Amino acid sequence: MKQLLVFIRKEFLHVFRDRKSLLMLFGLPITQIILFGFALSNEIRNSRIVVWDNAKDEVSARIIDKIEASAYFDIDENVNSAAEIDAAFKRGNVKLAVIFPDKLSEDLRHQGKATVQVIADGSDPNLATAVTAYITQIVNDYNIGTGSISQLPLQIIPEVTMLYNPELKGAPNFVPGVMALVLMLVCTMMTSAAIVREKEMGTMEVLLVSPFKPIYIILSKLTPYLLISVMNVFIILALSTTLLDLEIKGNIVLLIAESILFIMTSLSIGLWISINAETQQAAMMTSLLAMMLPTLLLTGFMFPVENMPLPLQWLANLVPSRWYFIIIKRVMLKGLGFASVWKETLILIAMTIFLFNLSLRKFKTRLE
Amino acid sequence: MRTLFFLLDKEFRQLMRNRQLLMVLLIAPLIQLILLPLAANFTVKNINIAVVDHDRSTVSQQLIHKVTASGNFQLSGYAETYEQGLKLVEADKADLLLEIPLHFERDLVREGHNEVYVAINAIEGTKANLGGTYIVNILRDYNEAIRVKWMPAALANMPLVTVTSSNWFNPYMNYRLYIVPAILVTLITSIAAMQSAFNIVQEKESGTIEQINVSPIKKHIFILGKLIPFLVLGLLLFTLGLFVAWVFYDVYPVGKFYVLYISAFAYLFTMLGLGLLISTYSATHQQALSLSFFFINIFNILSGTFNSVDSMPDWAKLLVQFFPPTHFISITRMVILKGSGLFDIGYHLACIFGIGLVLNVWAILNYRKTA
Repeated sequence: MKQLLVFIRKEFLHVFRDRKSLLMLFGLPITQIILFGFALSNEIRNSRIVVWDNAKDEVSARIIDKIEASAYFDIDENVNSAAEIDAAFKRGNVKLAVIFPDKLSEDLRHQGKATVQVIADGSDPNLATAVTAYITQIVNDYNIGTGSISQLPLQIIPEVTMLYNPELKGAPNFVPGVMALVLMLVCTMMTSAAIVREKEMGTMEVLLVSPFKPIYIILSKLTPYLLISVMNVFIILALSTTLLDLEIKGNIVLLIAESILFIMTSLSIGLWISINAETQQAAMMTSLLAMMLPTLLLTGFMFPVENMPLPLQWLANLVPSRWYFIIIKRVMLKGLGFASVWKETLILIAMTIFLFNLSLRKFKTRLE
Repeated sequence: MRTLFFLLDKEFRQLMRNRQLLMVLLIAPLIQLILLPLAANFTVKNINIAVVDHDRSTVSQQLIHKVTASGNFQLSGYAETYEQGLKLVEADKADLLLEIPLHFERDLVREGHNEVYVAINAIEGTKANLGGTYIVNILRDYNEAIRVKWMPAALANMPLVTVTSSNWFNPYMNYRLYIVPAILVTLITSIAAMQSAFNIVQEKESGTIEQINVSPIKKHIFILGKLIPFLVLGLLLFTLGLFVAWVFYDVYPVGKFYVLYISAFAYLFTMLGLGLLISTYSATHQQALSLSFFFINIFNILSGTFNSVDSMPDWAKLLVQFFPPTHFISITRMVILKGSGLFDIGYHLACIFGIGLVLNVWAILNYRKTA
């Protein structure tokens, strides 16, 4: 036991001596939580549009006024042909074109109906859907304004409530997501270098000939990163509640315990990579290149896992951050208890034990 | 010039010798490019909807049928009360709750209007936003339909402006067209920045940098010797990536290839410069790794790869102008989907090149031959 403590102390010294890495270990989660928390929103504002006004009458002028007055759109320029719209889209900053037909008010008067044509730049499909919906909304507002709509009979009025996140802020979705992503990658990357470095430097020989149990070597390697990551969890939670106005609705002790479990899972992945890699460079490339994008995409905070094709859903099930993300969303944002996350917890425990055993066994064979 | 040639020879040999690394560098990105676009599916099709129907009338049944038949929603179950429905939302079994009040049909006819309640799990903002838009549209269409059917006379003298919409460049709103170029860029970003950062750090950690430092090799020649192999590797990866995008996702550039390659060249120059700069500030692999991870993670999330830059606040829009991937992702999308020409992408290209120049000069100045 005393031996283990000595070794843990050695590893701590190693980690804390490297000021630059230490700064990054703490700085990285903090900056990213703040940056993403504030920068990512779901609200589209000031999208640039072009207008092709063939009507140039009272109706088109009033609709254009409404568009200009809304926070969603900035009118970039007036165009006079389809070619000009095409050119504007190709330059890339214009997202939408509104075309008013000639005789707009005449059609409206005589036929009771007139159509405004909207063309969106479909190269960004979500943005195109959203801006088209906004324009439709503005035109409907115009109809309401002229009194046409409010007099209509048989109105079904949808009353929409946004649960848990009424202002549609990005933070409630991204904080758990970024937490899962950053914790997992930082833990994996840092440990992935730990053992292979000793191999590369040749100091592993010294460790192996010493009367020190392999499991102690591994434990002492992991302890500093475990501690740093747990501190990071506290910092992230503190920042999200103070700066990002995110309320922790569930039990904080449960939240911390689940986070520690998840950190251990991530450390085990890093350990496994480290034991299998030949060089530090290969270990790090594997942990970053092979894991970064899959983690980002398969965790489920960017794209719902249910929407993916089945093979990818199976693959996503192997990504620990997917489970942690579910846990943290339920506990932190919805305020649910352990009863609703026990399954996910069990999966993380199983993953940790499996990976740790696998690494330990592989490590032992190298001893012989 | 001859020195550069020898350096390049050395670098290429080292690169080819490390098979494990080469596999990670070329195969891993391509596999990801093949698989990951499948995951990145934003065309929200399976929004799970729970229904609380207090009315149980013909109208409410029709309405529910309309919603489930639209293709965007999947009926996950009926609930007796709003509270029960909320339980389904809490358990993630439903994303959206539709409540139709008692006497919905009767009051609709009698009073001329009635409300239906929609509650959306808004934790995932985009899904909530789109789900809300979809359901409001369906309700409006249905409303229009019953109005025309039940009282056509009332509509005759209501002047209405309607909107028809279409989408250019991607008429079927295929999300893959949007995501494939971005994933390709993301992979190239990681490879270029990390590889050049690690490479010099490798020489530092194994001590071989000393030998180069005492040799009469000029700083910029040494840096060029490091840059060129990865530039070649990057362009190779870009080419393979375009091929994979074409074969697997039918994404074939509408625009000119030379525009793409000029931009790719400038982009690699810039990202390799970033890697070099990182390596001049790092003594160990771990430092280089944490620094590159810091930048790459921010690039991945803020450069418009998955989230539109347009939906960010103004300060963030300005900030991302300094991120080279923002511009390169814009360029690849513009050229591949819209066929934009060299003149159209001028601003983005100039930004990439400008940032690249600053980074590379900074790296050369900061690289000291004496420790």
